[in-house]
Amino acid sequence: MNPNEVLRISWEAIVKNRVRSLLTMLGIIIGVAAVIIMIAISSGTEATIRDQITSLGSNLVFITANFTRNGPQRSSQLTSGGLVYSDATAIQQQIPNVAGVSVEQGATETVQAGPVSLSSVAILGSLPDYLSVRGMSIASGRYFTLEENTNHAKVAVLGSSLAQSLFGTSDPIDQSVQVGSLRMTVIGVLAKKGLVGDMDYDARLYMPLQVVLHYFIPSRFARFLGQSVRTIYVQVADPSKMDDTIQQINLLLLQRHKVSASSPDFTITTQQDIITTQGSTTAAFRNLLAWVAGVSLIVGGIGIMNIMLVSVTERTREIGLRQSVGATPSDIRSQFLAEALLLSLVGGVIGILIGVGGAYIFSAFGGMRTVIVPSSILLAFCSAAAVGAFFGFYPANQAAQLDPIDALRHE
Amino acid sequence: MLLKMEALNFAETKSGLQVGEGITTGTVCKQHGDDAMSAATRMIIETRDLTKVFGMGDTTVTALDRVSLHIQIGEMVAIMGPSGSGKSTLLNILGCLSTPTSGTYLLDGQDVSRLDKVQLAAIRNQKLGFVFQSYNLLPRTSAMRNVMLPLVYDRTHKVPREQWETRAREMLEAVGLGDRVDHEPQELSGGQQQRVAIARALIADPVLLIGDEPTGNLDSKSGKEIMKLLLNLNGRGMTILIVTHDPAIAQYTQRVIHLKDGRIDTEVHNGHGHPQPVQKETEISQLLSVEN
Repeated sequence: MNPNEVLRISWEAIVKNRVRSLLTMLGIIIGVAAVIIMIAISSGTEATIRDQITSLGSNLVFITANFTRNGPQRSSQLTSGGLVYSDATAIQQQIPNVAGVSVEQGATETVQAGPVSLSSVAILGSLPDYLSVRGMSIASGRYFTLEENTNHAKVAVLGSSLAQSLFGTSDPIDQSVQVGSLRMTVIGVLAKKGLVGDMDYDARLYMPLQVVLHYFIPSRFARFLGQSVRTIYVQVADPSKMDDTIQQINLLLLQRHKVSASSPDFTITTQQDIITTQGSTTAAFRNLLAWVAGVSLIVGGIGIMNIMLVSVTERTREIGLRQSVGATPSDIRSQFLAEALLLSLVGGVIGILIGVGGAYIFSAFGGMRTVIVPSSILLAFCSAAAVGAFFGFYPANQAAQLDPIDALRHE
Repeated sequence: MLLKMEALNFAETKSGLQVGEGITTGTVCKQHGDDAMSAATRMIIETRDLTKVFGMGDTTVTALDRVSLHIQIGEMVAIMGPSGSGKSTLLNILGCLSTPTSGTYLLDGQDVSRLDKVQLAAIRNQKLGFVFQSYNLLPRTSAMRNVMLPLVYDRTHKVPREQWETRAREMLEAVGLGDRVDHEPQELSGGQQQRVAIARALIADPVLLIGDEPTGNLDSKSGKEIMKLLLNLNGRGMTILIVTHDPAIAQYTQRVIHLKDGRIDTEVHNGHGHPQPVQKETEISQLLSVEN
């Protein structure tokens, strides 16, 4: 029997039992759609995380202070205080391949402009490099300069939504704002950045780091410890030399802090590390989902096997008749195998359509970013085919082994 | 008009089959040296000591006990017998649906008693046409597609794919269902369904038509029509073997073989004589009379 005939007969059998075929395929449809949607959602999440991380500047190295103390006897030592502001300057001056260094120090204050008063506004002290390092841009006015930072100039740059809240539609440039007890002049407004992670970049007030350190975080130990900072952001100029640069920073800081390489009081991470960490979380999540989808496919396959077995029983006389007019066991086997395979492939195609459509609907109406991965479609299709062949084989074999006499007499 | 022409074509195919017959018969005679067989006849069925034993060890049942029978080309023979007489077993073996425990079965000169499943399937496809009591048509499948079925399994491709439809149509016209080609079994009466089954049995040009109670599910009028159709086919040279328990049906045949306890009990000639030479003129009129 030629393959065309086999396919035609199987296709007709499927079409003749439209409703049953559809119900049989349901498991496969759901499984395949689930595989595609789940992979699309987790890839979308991954892409979102990656975008968020890279939107905060590119080629970044983060240096964070370790807050572990090496015991009380060393607590008063100058070197155990983690990162200090001068570390940042040292990195900028001594390490090649550094495009920019930013130090950030946050605080919270009440901000007042004319009649509007906002409490608990996030304040971020930084260096002029901040914009380029963190991938931000200015919408109007300007950011502060290095001189202004050194001179503790009382200038402020507003996030876009903060500017809106304080000044409404009027131009905030050169207006004055009261930050805590300090009267400052607005010199710029940042372009809209939006929510990244859980940080609203638009609702913050930006000012020179020194102002924050000096006025908003009065440290009793500043004289001894230097001005401690939590994080130093370093932008690397040439990403291919990232590892060298990290090594150099590491050596420099070890030297400056006079600590051993085995117990540093700081940690250096790269953006890539963060992406990888985040990625491994979503990958674990995705694997879990893939298993769930896989189980659904297996259940779908069992459904197909079940219906094929019923079909073989129901069509025993048909099998007997086909045998009586010359069908060999392998003819019968290929017919039922083709039917199972077609069922799962058609189910697979429907599942792919639903999966792709579902992923689209999720992103359009569910507010969830989805990325359809072409390989997931291939994977889903191949697993549907494999399921069909695997679970179709047993019923097909049962059919092929029927004795023509018994089959013809079957009631 | 169309019917006449198709029926004629059909008859020609049949008579064409008979042309090559002398050669085959000759070899059969030489091989077996059967004196009873005349040189002019060709044996379609020739069995020798056909025995079928069911069960194993001590609990065996001998369903067929050394049955030897001959059926010539062009004969129409009925096998009768009470249930348990072994007629189903004999039918299954003669229909190449199973093989004997011992003994030989020559179908159209070929020993088929020791063939495997796949070879038997090919023999059924090439040499046999079955007509069952319950028609056994594929449900929700047009008459045309039902008739085509044996061609689907024909590995020798004696009818090219593009001629299947024409051929199936011819067959349906020959059994008087030229206007029902697209009907599905559930839209046809029992008699019509059985005609579709006969058309299906004939499409692959078999040497033997086997009817297993072909009128068993029909009322007497339709049953008569089916028997007339079978007689017609026989009149055109088709060898027909019918298994029945109905003496009235057996009366249509030339010879009735009675089985009892797995053995041939009696053999009765109905006095219709041996098959007549093919006469095209009468065939067509006979076929038309069946139609009306």
